Amino acid sequence: MRTFVSLAAEGEGFTPPSANDFVLPPIFENISWFTKPILLAFVSVILISVFFIISSRKAATVPSKMQFAGESVYGFIRDGLAKDVLGPEFMRFVPYLFTLFTFVLVNNWFGIVPMLQFPTFSRVGFAYALAIITYLVYHYVGVKKQGLGHYLKGIAFMPGVPKPIYVLLTPIEIATFFIVRPFTLGLRLFANMFAGHLLLLVFILGGEHLLQGVVGLKLVSPFAFTMGIALTFFEFMVQCLQAYIFTLLTALYIAGSLADEH
Amino acid sequence: MQPLNLLAGGELNPLIPHTSEVIVGFIAFTLLFLVLKSKVVPMFEKAYAARTEAIQGGIERAEKAQLEAQRALVQYNEQLSSAQGEAAKLREDARAQGAAILEELRTKAQDEAARITAAAHASIEAERQQAITSLRNEVGALAVELASKIVGEALDDQVRQSRIVDRFIEDLEKSK
Repeated sequence: MRTFVSLAAEGEGFTPPSANDFVLPPIFENISWFTKPILLAFVSVILISVFFIISSRKAATVPSKMQFAGESVYGFIRDGLAKDVLGPEFMRFVPYLFTLFTFVLVNNWFGIVPMLQFPTFSRVGFAYALAIITYLVYHYVGVKKQGLGHYLKGIAFMPGVPKPIYVLLTPIEIATFFIVRPFTLGLRLFANMFAGHLLLLVFILGGEHLLQGVVGLKLVSPFAFTMGIALTFFEFMVQCLQAYIFTLLTALYIAGSLADEH
Repeated sequence: MQPLNLLAGGELNPLIPHTSEVIVGFIAFTLLFLVLKSKVVPMFEKAYAARTEAIQGGIERAEKAQLEAQRALVQYNEQLSSAQGEAAKLREDARAQGAAILEELRTKAQDEAARITAAAHASIEAERQQAITSLRNEVGALAVELASKIVGEALDDQVRQSRIVDRFIEDLEKSK
């Protein structure tokens, strides 16, 4: 919205969307931390809670449409992901993975929902928060399951490898488990949402700018808008995929900690 | 040296998080987790369990019904075959009994006939004997009377008289 306003004010010259477009002003001027992505995060909590509480309330053997929809999502994570990846202990982690998937998915969708149109996870803070939770969970699970010493030894000295290789492997493994994983997990989600939103901004704001130009440029603008719509569909796919990948990787990390040898 | 949250061109560095957003991320996620864990997951699990129960129960019921039907069929077939056997036996018995009765009746009738024939023979014989005896006596007396009259001589002697009669009858029989 800000860009729209500034564009109209400047009149001439196209300012391409940048990282600054992701810094939104506070909704209420005197509460500086309460910005749109923060509101969206809470809205998503309410929406998801309400939807699933209503759909699961009856717990009927023959489900209504609503219950079926809720159960499909739940079953997708429970049986399609957790059960396959985590093995017999999967039920302990289903609530966590289920929350993770729905939370990321709905917040990603906000990126293309009309009027909202801002993916919460294009603010890196949210992505870090979830990555940190996953980081803590899988280390906690590993330490609890195998004991601190055994768990760390398993990470640093992967069994079944010739001794000289440890010179290379140990630093890589330690870096992977303690530094690379949480960062890649958080940044992957953030970067996808950030880039997707930036792309949409480029085509839609660009199309709008072309519309304000001379006749020749006006003729080109529909192509920009069409591209913007096509990218919206593409974004939908990316949003679902990223929610799934985040959940899948979390499950895989937990599975690695549960296994005696990773 | 520029601040960490700014890029070279004066743009904000998008990789540096706002503390408030990290905190809100934690809080929002935790809230959602608590709601879903306490309210939603147990209900879905309950529905799953109930459904599994219903499906398994249905299958078990169907299996039981089928087993019962099979048992009934076996029982029915057994009864049918035993009834058929019984009927055959009864027919056989009846036929045997009929034959026995017939045989008995025939024997009885033959016996009766034989008895009647024998009785008739006996009575005829007796009557014949009687007739012969009485005839012999009468004929004897007549003959003696006649002879005595003719010969004029009384044959009082009983022994001689009967000898004469016998001889006479033998002669009669021979001449016959």
